[in-house]
Amino acid sequence: MRDRPALRRAAPPAPSDQAAQAHLRFIRETMARTAAFTAVPGWGGVAMGATALAAAALAHQQATVVGWMRVWTAEALVGFAVGAFFTVAKARRHRAPLLSGQGRKFLLGLLPALLAAVALTVAVYGYDVGATDEYFARQNPAATASLRLLPGLWLLLYGAGVAAAGMFSVRLVPMMGSAFLLMGALALLAPAAWGDAFMAAGFGGLQIAFGLLIARQHGG
Amino acid sequence: MATRITRTGRTAPSIPDFDPVLHQRVRLGIVSALAAGGRTTFNDLKAVLDLTDGNLSVHARKLEEAGYVACHKFFDGRTPRTEYSLTDAGRRALERYLDQMEALLGQVRGDG
Repeated sequence: MRDRPALRRAAPPAPSDQAAQAHLRFIRETMARTAAFTAVPGWGGVAMGATALAAAALAHQQATVVGWMRVWTAEALVGFAVGAFFTVAKARRHRAPLLSGQGRKFLLGLLPALLAAVALTVAVYGYDVGATDEYFARQNPAATASLRLLPGLWLLLYGAGVAAAGMFSVRLVPMMGSAFLLMGALALLAPAAWGDAFMAAGFGGLQIAFGLLIARQHGG
Repeated sequence: MATRITRTGRTAPSIPDFDPVLHQRVRLGIVSALAAGGRTTFNDLKAVLDLTDGNLSVHARKLEEAGYVACHKFFDGRTPRTEYSLTDAGRRALERYLDQMEALLGQVRGDG
């Protein structure tokens, strides 16, 4: 099967049906690969990192697990909205289709890890709450399971999602996912009081650093 | 498109007039990539299509000369950057090329 068009300057020969199929397949694959390649918003990552730094500072001032959880839940929603906004803005600026085949793959690669993070958050958080909504460890929030485990879990699962989804994107994206995995593993081993510092370093620092690299090297 | 009769008397698919600018793998790749990715940097195009600098430059120039691709050169600080985008003429040419390919396949399958 010949899957390359002949190199002729004029009057190119008509391709056979197999060559025509190969042409169409090549076009489809190229379009899908490119869409995912250029869809990642670098400046969006920087903005998400900035909101995460603010959230980490705010969360660290909370005296209770409830307040701490509220801050990070709000930050997750804000981060998602910021990421979505910058993705749409980049696609519009580049006149690119928003969710092509590979773009969907990116989203679908990320979603399972994010859903796992939500489920685990609910489960871990549940250990801190009694039947009457009383918090078992209210007087010592640093000792709760939430504060001990959640920063590491969130960093690990976000890293897993980004690393998986990044297989369809620029090399920097899976690299960022791996960096989050490493950060998450370290956070799980570190003292609970360092949780917000790890969150700031991961969701703030890593996101901003890789966002800047992506923005500079891949058109915004 | 015309229908041909072969020596064996069977009807052969007609030969569409393929655009010689697009009917080349690298140039077709560039146009397809720009159709999907919008304005795309030189380095991204090079990575997606697995091309060398020279190869991409030569074929992008041909597409520029045909009016299918626009080249945008600018400085990001002190670093020179090059980005390409598909023009309206390029988008129409790609659509016409796809139509011709699909028509050819339709004829071979007997539904055209």
